[in-house]
Amino acid sequence: MTVNEQALDAFRQEVSTWLAANNPGDPGFLLPESFMEVGNDAQFEYLRAWQRKVYDAGYLGMSWPQEYGGGGKPQVYQDIVTQEMARQRVPFMTNTIGLNWAGPLILQQGTEAQKQKYIKGILNADDIWCQGFSEPDHGSDLGGAQLKAVRDGDDYVINGSKIWTSLGTYAKYMILLGRTSTDGPNKYAGLSFFLSPMKVEGVTPQPIQKLTGEYGFCQTFFNDARIPADCMMGKEGEGWQVAMATLMFERGNVGGQAGGLAMMDLNVNDLLELARRSTRNGLPVLEDPLIRDQMVRFLIEAKSNSLMAARSRIPALNTERPGAIAMSGKLRNTELKRRFCQFALSLQGANGARFISPEAVDGGKWQRIYFNAFSATIGGGTSQVQYNIMGERVLGLPKS
Amino acid sequence: MSNDISFTQEQGMLLDTATDFCGQHSTIALVRSRLQDDQSLPVDIWQAIVELGWTGITIPEAHGGLGLGFSELVPVVEAMGRHLMATPLVGSALVAHALKLAGSDAQKQRWLPQIAAGSIATLALLETDGSWVLDAPGAWGEINGELLELSGTKCFVQDATLSSLVLVSVVIEGQARLVLLERSMIPTTALQREVVIDDTRRCFQLTLEGITVPVEQVLPQSCLVELEQAAMLLLSAEMAGGHASVLNLVVDYLKTRKQFDKLIGSYQALKHPTVDILIGLEASRSHLYHAATMIDGDDAREADIAVRMAKAVASEGFAFAGDRAIQFHGGFGFTFECDAQLYLRRALYCQYQFGDESYQRTRLAPLLLDNLLGVGLLSEVG
Repeated sequence: MTVNEQALDAFRQEVSTWLAANNPGDPGFLLPESFMEVGNDAQFEYLRAWQRKVYDAGYLGMSWPQEYGGGGKPQVYQDIVTQEMARQRVPFMTNTIGLNWAGPLILQQGTEAQKQKYIKGILNADDIWCQGFSEPDHGSDLGGAQLKAVRDGDDYVINGSKIWTSLGTYAKYMILLGRTSTDGPNKYAGLSFFLSPMKVEGVTPQPIQKLTGEYGFCQTFFNDARIPADCMMGKEGEGWQVAMATLMFERGNVGGQAGGLAMMDLNVNDLLELARRSTRNGLPVLEDPLIRDQMVRFLIEAKSNSLMAARSRIPALNTERPGAIAMSGKLRNTELKRRFCQFALSLQGANGARFISPEAVDGGKWQRIYFNAFSATIGGGTSQVQYNIMGERVLGLPKS
Repeated sequence: MSNDISFTQEQGMLLDTATDFCGQHSTIALVRSRLQDDQSLPVDIWQAIVELGWTGITIPEAHGGLGLGFSELVPVVEAMGRHLMATPLVGSALVAHALKLAGSDAQKQRWLPQIAAGSIATLALLETDGSWVLDAPGAWGEINGELLELSGTKCFVQDATLSSLVLVSVVIEGQARLVLLERSMIPTTALQREVVIDDTRRCFQLTLEGITVPVEQVLPQSCLVELEQAAMLLLSAEMAGGHASVLNLVVDYLKTRKQFDKLIGSYQALKHPTVDILIGLEASRSHLYHAATMIDGDDAREADIAVRMAKAVASEGFAFAGDRAIQFHGGFGFTFECDAQLYLRRALYCQYQFGDESYQRTRLAPLLLDNLLGVGLLSEVG
């Protein structure tokens, strides 16, 4: 082991010990699985306090510059923290949009003043961030955004609405994509990007009740809302480029995120763990041959997805249709998750019919995860649209 | 559990060479022209395969082979499957594998160089009732002094009439053993042609009654587990290749056939299941090359899981693809003239040899669900 490896190993030990000692534990209510599902004040305050505690301990934004509140350390330290958080299954960092999308964007493209103003509040969760890209009539077609931003003196006047605003009621700032012109050579040219304040007159985040009965998303209405012109990121008309840079951070295509666990990512191991402790009419479910067969099917399918990811990195084994594995990833992974979460209910006997409540298995977590799994099979292009895209772009079949 | 897939330049070259070779010597027209032949493959094509060195890929250099692993044989078998080529290569490689693992020095020295040089060998492991429980064969050997008197019947002995060597599994003194039968030891009346679903294959029933061989023909060691794994791997390779071709057959038809004034590929009822065939293929090839990597590695348990998953995924995927290929060709699909049936027949043959997907899942269940090791093994699944 080199000196550096020894130091990292010692650091991993330190983090592991700290997390074990400071894990906030069971709050007595069901926690959300990601920042998209924060549905009430108790959940939000619990998660915000946890993020602040992690930041105060020096375990968040470790690779961000010290002068803005970061740790100024090599990325590898933050990666170790994130890995240990996942391993110990501590709650996630709720200010995800700030930490992983807006924050790195500001550090990459922002002015000195913007860095001074925003970065520390992102890290310590004082300033919660949300995202205003999608619109009710333009879900996947971001370039078609219609929300109007008109320059008036030192302000822009905003009119329109954004949808699927996670944390909308808690957010102090929004990364906002708006239309400043309709005269450009194409729809992208008239877009501009703002670091927009939420707590101003005329901005109304209206919570949307999800199929789970919970909240977590908003539709955010802008009604002659005035925001200062200096909160624009980049120049007027360059919003599309800034939005694309944001998506690179969002999708993890480039590094620079503050790190920390972003969601409680459930996989088939969790299903297996549930199956091992579940009984139906008093008998362990894993003694039922039909359950066993279905469990093995899920494990094989999950393994297929892992192995496809591994093979996609070998060009010589992807000559015929190079994009097939990557382009089907969303379809495969989200549909598998939806189906195995659905199956988790059938492991619970009559309790499969319970919902979020103390009597439910794991507090009703599985019922909720199954319902929330539809957000991924619908959002970002439904599975049915994914099938069309695969058929047309990968197999070259005629358009439907 | 590892997600390793090793794919070297050498494997890549073998895949390219084999795809070209099989594409040239096993066009669909040639495949069809051979369906009524007595043998699965013309002698000159086999000679060309021998000259390419493929019969020696897995045989140690000391015995005249190339000293490579299954990772190098798999691309060749995949390419053969892609072009529906039926060859004795797989049988020969499996017998060589058994000799390498369980043969005596004398057996290895005598037979491995011959197999590397193109002598054909084949397996006689399956029973008349469709079983392939390798450690409890339905055939027997009685030791009588220096001789072994055989009885029972074996099935699905591929290319038996081309073979210089048949490796047969029998019970001797309560133990499953492998016995080498040389051509001269098998009376011609002992072999009877079987009708099988895959018309490209030549299978025979082997009646052992009356066959007596020297006891030195028995392999001194056991390698039944390894032999079954290798057989499943190579079947999976053949299936992945066929799966790729039948997908192309379907896609071509969907892009050219019109019904109700529209290309039928524009109908989502056909398009979406065709995407499922594609995703099945991508999964199948991924499992295949992972399983090859694991079989060449040194973790028997991981190899067992990997190869059973590969066999399950390949069987289910290729059989589905073949089935849908018939359906999507409509009325034409119901005819012998439509090539879809060739693939479906190939798929079904391979699916039921050494265990279809439901059998594999039954075998995987204790490995994945019951053993506490399973939790750790799955740590990278997800």
